[in-house]
Amino acid sequence: MVNEKELKSLIENILHEMVEGTSSKTQKNVLKGNERGQAAGGESKITIPDISEVEIRKDLLVPDPYDKEGYMEMKEKTPARIGVWHAGPRYMTSTSLRFKADHAAAQDAVFSYVDEDFVEKNNLYPTATVCKDKDEYITRPDLGRQFSDEEKEKIKQHCGNPKVQIMVGDGLSSASIEANLEDTLPAIKQGLKVHGIDTENDLFVKHCRVPAMDVIGEVTDADVVCLLVGERPGLVTAESMSAYIAYKPTVDMPEARRTVVSNIHQGGTPPAEAGAHIAELIKRMIDKKASGLDLNKA
Amino acid sequence: MILSTTLFGRTYQFNSVNEVMAKANEEKSGDIMAGIAAESAEERVAAKVVLANLTLEDLYNNPAIPYETDEVTRIIQDNVNEKIYQSIKNWTVEELREKILDSDTSSNDIRRISRGLTSEMVAAVAKLMSNLDLIYGARKITVTAHCNTTIGLEGTLSTRLQPNHPTDNEDGIVASILEGLAYGAGDAVIGLNPVDDTVESVVRMFKKLEEIKNKFKIPTQTSVLAHVTTQMEAIRQGAPADLIFQSIAGSEKGNTAFGISGDLIAEAKDLALRQGTAAGPNVMYFETGQGAELSSNAHHGVDQLTLEARCYGFAKKYDPFLVNTVVGFIGPEYLYDAKQVIRAGLEDHFMGKLSGISMGVDVCYTNHMKADQDDMENLGVLLTQAGVNFLITAPHADDVMLNYQSLGYHEAQSLRELTGLSPIKEFDEWLQKMEVLDNKSRLTKKAGDASLFLV
Repeated sequence: MVNEKELKSLIENILHEMVEGTSSKTQKNVLKGNERGQAAGGESKITIPDISEVEIRKDLLVPDPYDKEGYMEMKEKTPARIGVWHAGPRYMTSTSLRFKADHAAAQDAVFSYVDEDFVEKNNLYPTATVCKDKDEYITRPDLGRQFSDEEKEKIKQHCGNPKVQIMVGDGLSSASIEANLEDTLPAIKQGLKVHGIDTENDLFVKHCRVPAMDVIGEVTDADVVCLLVGERPGLVTAESMSAYIAYKPTVDMPEARRTVVSNIHQGGTPPAEAGAHIAELIKRMIDKKASGLDLNKA
Repeated sequence: MILSTTLFGRTYQFNSVNEVMAKANEEKSGDIMAGIAAESAEERVAAKVVLANLTLEDLYNNPAIPYETDEVTRIIQDNVNEKIYQSIKNWTVEELREKILDSDTSSNDIRRISRGLTSEMVAAVAKLMSNLDLIYGARKITVTAHCNTTIGLEGTLSTRLQPNHPTDNEDGIVASILEGLAYGAGDAVIGLNPVDDTVESVVRMFKKLEEIKNKFKIPTQTSVLAHVTTQMEAIRQGAPADLIFQSIAGSEKGNTAFGISGDLIAEAKDLALRQGTAAGPNVMYFETGQGAELSSNAHHGVDQLTLEARCYGFAKKYDPFLVNTVVGFIGPEYLYDAKQVIRAGLEDHFMGKLSGISMGVDVCYTNHMKADQDDMENLGVLLTQAGVNFLITAPHADDVMLNYQSLGYHEAQSLRELTGLSPIKEFDEWLQKMEVLDNKSRLTKKAGDASLFLV
C-alpha cells in the first residue's frame, strides 16, 4: 500500500519531471506571437503563463483609452481592479478568471492546514484547541479559544514557565503562516536574544483564534505571550499574517490589552522587518509591564 | 395565546413568544451558536404553525426585549400608529401574510398597515414566507426618499459607488470613483469607508468627494462612513456632508457597543439638516446585518432575524434616505453558506420595505464563508426582481480595503439591462450627457473608459 505521503511525493516527482525545472516563474511570458501556434501543434513542454503573475496595476484592458497615460497613473494609485473593460456589460474573460483564481487562493488559505512537516521543521510543538474540524472552527469562534485539560497539561510540561512564550496559530489563513513564519520567527528570536531573552518551546496551535493566547498565558504564566496568526484573506493577498502580543494575558481580559502588528506579508510589512519590530515591542512590554492601550500610555 | 401544537402526532410545547420566534426562523448558524435554533426540521415547522396562529396583539404585548429595559423597544412601540394598530391587532400572522400577498392589496395599503406594525410583527411574517413570497411581497411595496435626488421610484435601480482604498489615498479613491461613473454607478450615493477615523482625515475625505461631485456636476449624494460622532465633529468644522452614516443594532445594548443611542442619532440628524449640504428631508444613512447583536453579546436570547427587523424599526424613526444590510460581511458563524446568505438578503430587504424604509442590500461574502461570486450574482438577480432600492458596488466586486467581495459596477449595469431599469432620472440624464449611457440606459461605446473624466 502506498500511503498518502508517499503518494503526494510521487505526484510531486511526476509533476516536476513534466515541467523539467521550467517553473512558472522562468516560463513567464513564454507564449508569444507564433509560439501559440506551435503550442497548439503539440509542443507539450510549453505551458500557458501563470495568470496570477499578471500585475493588475500595470494591466490596462481598455482598448483605446481617451488618456492612456492618465489611466496608468490612476491604476498605479490603487490595488482596486480598474481599467478592466467589458464584454457587453459583463467582465472580460481574463479578469473574470483572475478574480476566480484569487478567490480560490483565499478559500484554500482558509480551509487548508499548515503542513505537519512545516511545524516540525520550525521546531514548533504541535497542539490544538477543542475544535474537532475546520468546519466547527469556522462556525464556533468560542471553541477556537479553548483547550482540553489534557492539552493544557501537555503545554505546561513542554513550556515550563518562560519569560516570553511565542505561539503560532493557523487562524484564517494557513497559507500566511507557511509564507511568512520562516522569516518572521527567527527575526523575533534574534531580536530578543540581543536583550538577553531566550525563547524556546514555541507552540503551534491548530484551529486557533486570537483569545487562545490568553489560555496559554495562564497555563505558562509567561510575562509576554506573542501569537503569530493568519488573517482572514482578501483577494489582493491570501498571505497576510498578524502578531497579537500581550503582557500577562488572562482569559476574558479586555481586547484593548492586545498590541497588534497586522498586514505582515511580502506586499505589506515585510516579514523579517516585522519580526525585528515585534521583538522591540516585547522588550518594551517587559520593561513597562503593560501592553495594548496601556502600553501607549506608559 | 397558544404556544403549543401537534405535528405528525408529536406535541411541541414552547415556553415563550421569543422561543417560538427563534425556532420558526430558517436555519442560521448564528441562531445555532446562540443555542436558540430549532433542534429539528420538524420542530421548525411546528414553531411556524404556532407563530402563524399568534395575533398581532400577542406580538405587541411580548416584545423581544421588554419596553422598560430597552430603548430600541421603546422607540419602535412609541412610533406605532395607535388607530391603525387597533384596527389590525386581532389579525393572526397568517392573515397578515395573506393580506400582504393579496392582489387587491396595494403598495399604499401595505404602507398604511406598516404604520401599525412593530418590528416583531414584521419579523414574524417574514418567518412564514418562502423566498418567492419575500420577493413578491417586497416588490409590491414602493418606498421613496429624497436627499438631493429621489430614490426608490418605479423603473429605477440605484447603486452606491464604494471606492474604498487600503490607505485612504485620495488619488486612488478618485480613480475608483471615476471607474464607477464610467459604468453608471453612484446614483444612490458615492460612499467611502475610511481607514482613518480621525476628524481631520474625515474632513479631508468629505471635501474630496464634494470636489468630485461639483467638478462634474453629478446629481447624487456623498457620504463618509466614519463613526457618527466623528462625522458630526467634521461637519461642525465645515466638512460638506449630504448624509450622516451610522451602523445600528436591534437592541439598546448593541447600540451601546456601537457607541450610539437614540438621542445621539436624533442630534446627528438635526445637525445634518441644519449644517449639511443636502436638500433633504432624508439625510440619514444606516447599515445593519443579521448577527451584529450576538457578536457584541447584546442579543438577549433573541434570534438574529427579529433583531434585524428591530434595526429597521429603530432606523424608521429618523427618516433615512438609505438603509442597507451588509448581509454576508459578518461571517460563517452567523450565516454559514450561500443558502443562508441568500435567504437573509431576501428577508432583510422585505422587512426593510415592510417597515417603510428605503432599503438596499450589500450583496456580499467573506472568504471564510462557503459562498462565491456566482451566489452573489444570483442574489443580485433575485433582489432586482424584488425591487430593491439600491445595491452596493465596488470595482470588479472586490473591496480592497475591507477585504470582502460585493457586487461590481458591471453587475449593476447588467441587472439594469436585463430588467429594463434605469438609474435615478437626473443621474441617468447626466450619464447620457457624459456619453456613458445611451437613451435606453445601456452602455455606450465610450463607457468603461474612466480616463474620459481626466479633463
